[in-house]
Amino acid sequence: MSHLRRPAPKELQPTSFAFTPENQEKAKKIIAKYPEGRQQSAVMPLLDLAQRQTEGNWVPTVAMDYIADMLEMPAIRVYEVATFYTMYNLAPVGKNFIQVCTTTPCWLRGSADVVDTCKKELGIGVGETTEDGQFTMIEVECLGACVNAPMMQINDDYYEDLTAESTKAILDALKKGEKPKTGPQSGRKGCEPIDGPKVLKAFCGCGAAPQDADASEGDA
Amino acid sequence: MPKLTVDGIEVEVEAGATVLQACEEAGKEIPRFCYHERLSIAGNCRMCLVEMERAPKPVASCAMPAADGMVIKTDSDLVKKARNGVMEFLLINHPLDCPICDQGGECDLQDQAMAYGFDSSRYAEKKRAVKDKELGPIVKTIMTRCIHCTRCVRFSEEVAGVGTMGAVYRGEDTEVGPYIEASINSELSGNLVDLCPVGALTSKPYAFTARPWELKKTDSVDVMDAVGSNIRIDARTGEVLRVLPRTNEDINEEWISDKTRYAIDGLKRQRLDRPYVRKDGKLQPASWDEAFAAIKAKVSGLDGKKIAALAGDTVDCESMTALKDLMGKLGSANLDCRQDGSKIGGPRASYIFNSTIAGIDEADACLIVGANVRAEAPIINSRLRKRWRSTAGDFKVGIIGEKWDPTYKNDYLGAGPDTLQEILDGKNDFAKVLKAAEKPMIIVGMGALNREDGDAVLAATRAIADKYGMVAGEWNGFNVLHTAASRVGGLDLGFVPGEGGLATNDILDGAAKGDIEVVYLLGADEVDMSKLEKAFVIYQGAMGDAGAQAADVILPGAAYTEKNGTYVNTEGRAQQGWRAIFPVGDAREDWAIVRALSGALDLTLPYNNIDAVRERMVELSPTFASLNVPTKAEWTDFGKAGDMKSDGFTSPVRNFYMTDPISRASVTMAKCTEAFVKDAAAEKVA
Repeated sequence: MSHLRRPAPKELQPTSFAFTPENQEKAKKIIAKYPEGRQQSAVMPLLDLAQRQTEGNWVPTVAMDYIADMLEMPAIRVYEVATFYTMYNLAPVGKNFIQVCTTTPCWLRGSADVVDTCKKELGIGVGETTEDGQFTMIEVECLGACVNAPMMQINDDYYEDLTAESTKAILDALKKGEKPKTGPQSGRKGCEPIDGPKVLKAFCGCGAAPQDADASEGDA
Repeated sequence: MPKLTVDGIEVEVEAGATVLQACEEAGKEIPRFCYHERLSIAGNCRMCLVEMERAPKPVASCAMPAADGMVIKTDSDLVKKARNGVMEFLLINHPLDCPICDQGGECDLQDQAMAYGFDSSRYAEKKRAVKDKELGPIVKTIMTRCIHCTRCVRFSEEVAGVGTMGAVYRGEDTEVGPYIEASINSELSGNLVDLCPVGALTSKPYAFTARPWELKKTDSVDVMDAVGSNIRIDARTGEVLRVLPRTNEDINEEWISDKTRYAIDGLKRQRLDRPYVRKDGKLQPASWDEAFAAIKAKVSGLDGKKIAALAGDTVDCESMTALKDLMGKLGSANLDCRQDGSKIGGPRASYIFNSTIAGIDEADACLIVGANVRAEAPIINSRLRKRWRSTAGDFKVGIIGEKWDPTYKNDYLGAGPDTLQEILDGKNDFAKVLKAAEKPMIIVGMGALNREDGDAVLAATRAIADKYGMVAGEWNGFNVLHTAASRVGGLDLGFVPGEGGLATNDILDGAAKGDIEVVYLLGADEVDMSKLEKAFVIYQGAMGDAGAQAADVILPGAAYTEKNGTYVNTEGRAQQGWRAIFPVGDAREDWAIVRALSGALDLTLPYNNIDAVRERMVELSPTFASLNVPTKAEWTDFGKAGDMKSDGFTSPVRNFYMTDPISRASVTMAKCTEAFVKDAAAEKVA
């Protein structure tokens, strides 16, 4: 189990937490979505909001307490949720939080190369953070993009159809502060067959020609 | 009323019952870990699997509602195989440390593994280990043994009302505990030890002390508060080792407070194990004859008006009966069982918990006056909480007095009599709640009645009870909450000033002035001993506390674990406890001491065995004619209307963990005080 799934040590825990006025408004809207008496259901989106607000992309214990107060529930019920879902980080992570999928389909398609490239390019091991605090890399289980395996998630974006080279290119771009193109890196569109469309060709007017690689990406 | 068939036996169960309950109805034992009848259903241990006709796979009987026409099998091959599988999974991560586990011998997992386990394990991989949690002075944890039944999580959330325990992390990494380090700040935390079906939560004070099969088990009644919780005392070779709850649906269900459970280690310290007589200003060990002779020398020829007796908070009714009769023979009417000087003792309805504790389950509104119920009677507080939960918050509770956290939603109304008057005049919002309620109740604590104006407060609360229909037909919602186990018994026996007799405060003042020359303290330690300096003090009791220090003669008595005794709880329910061990040293049963003293004074009391004393008790009060059932009291006039002072009510219990000589001598209670009582650190300095 990664250390990100254990509460950060006391030295790293901030002593106070409050939503910014902006997030306060957002929180109000989120809570209002749930019927009277069911406000506690808002705990998950609020934890996400807290994580996005916190420097280091994580949920400190005080933030959980803050949310517990806000929703009038025992703090332990919030802890239970935050520790159950792996998308909540319990300790700070780098600015670019890399989650490489290493479940079977991705592994069969070369996820080991992706992990190795990350290790080599960033000089960190799995679960570690670079010294400048820019990158954290972890291995995760299936992220549901097997058709575009191998893949990794960096913050909110999916990068798919990776190879050692494309992984390096992405990391280089991130190091320069650029935002690399998200989605498949092989040039295919979305999750269609890798060698172009196979069915209904007569109807979509695209013939057998490869799709425009710049076409907008479907939701990952 | 669904009818279903269990192993060919047809049973009819109440609507809403589960298949597991139906199986029990049919006399079939269903193994279980997570299911507990007093907690919500979790359905996560899977041990209670049964076969249900037309179901594709075994069903968890604890979570399956019983329905008409179900055909259940509990002993088929499928069921056996399913449970074997569940047991094998449970044992995968459970350590094989039964020989060093305190749960051994009374472990659900151990017992059920005998029926459903294999003789060897097929699991060869690494077992997981979990870091232990620090939960305070009472609950010891060995979390590797935990099987995640979540009983402790549900208990602390539902019954105790402190959200400390939870199941954090997930999957194989799941841990039960508080996530951040936190003690369980509840007066009921000891019950977690009973609830835990394995050895993950065990008793810290009792750790590595004994095996259950070595213990002699004795049924008794608790005296640490006025609830009269039913307990079982476990003893070995003349030593009380632990106290466990005994189920009584009308009183404590199956919980007991931490003080009830753990104050017993106080019985091993500061005990009075032989008589003492003060000679040359110092207490010197003496024989019984010498002690009696010293008393005789002082008492004989003395006017009865100059003799007084006070009964303490934990004494049994037998000894109070004997002392009352002895005082009568000495010609004294100065006797009192109310050490705190509270103004109670009129008609019976004015000093008992009329609605009964089980009656709380019917009430729909409650006004608490001058009582910190959580500290004075945690069991009753958990009953109030249970009522609040079962009504989904419709059970409205108003509190007058100090601010305290009852663990359920409440309206804090005010600090003292002014608020009480507002309610009586209908000016307070809570008056509407009481008016709208069908079965409202009022709980009046000693904090409201032990004041100078106690009579007036009692009258005001009675007026409120009348005005808001708290006494109607079968329902009597006027409740007095006592803090002393002996109080109601003493009042029922008439251990109060007789014709022209003095009450507690007058006795003390009289002793200070020199009007009272002899004061007999029967286990009474809570009075101002500085006023007794001039008087000749006889102290009879088990513990060397304040009373013994002030004494001129000490008669060593038996603690509640060491005698057969009758106690009347706050509901007016007489209950008998049995002797678990013999008194220490030369100590004797208390009624027998008084009887022996009466012989030495040539005033021999007319009973030679405890049955004769009990016959005398029945003569004194009908309470003792029917044991274990509270007798209804007639609703008559009481209290004296008058001016109430405006200062707020304060609860007499400042520290739940230390209220009497036994708990004050207890190491465990001292540790709890340090851990949980906020002012404890301050008190230590002072």
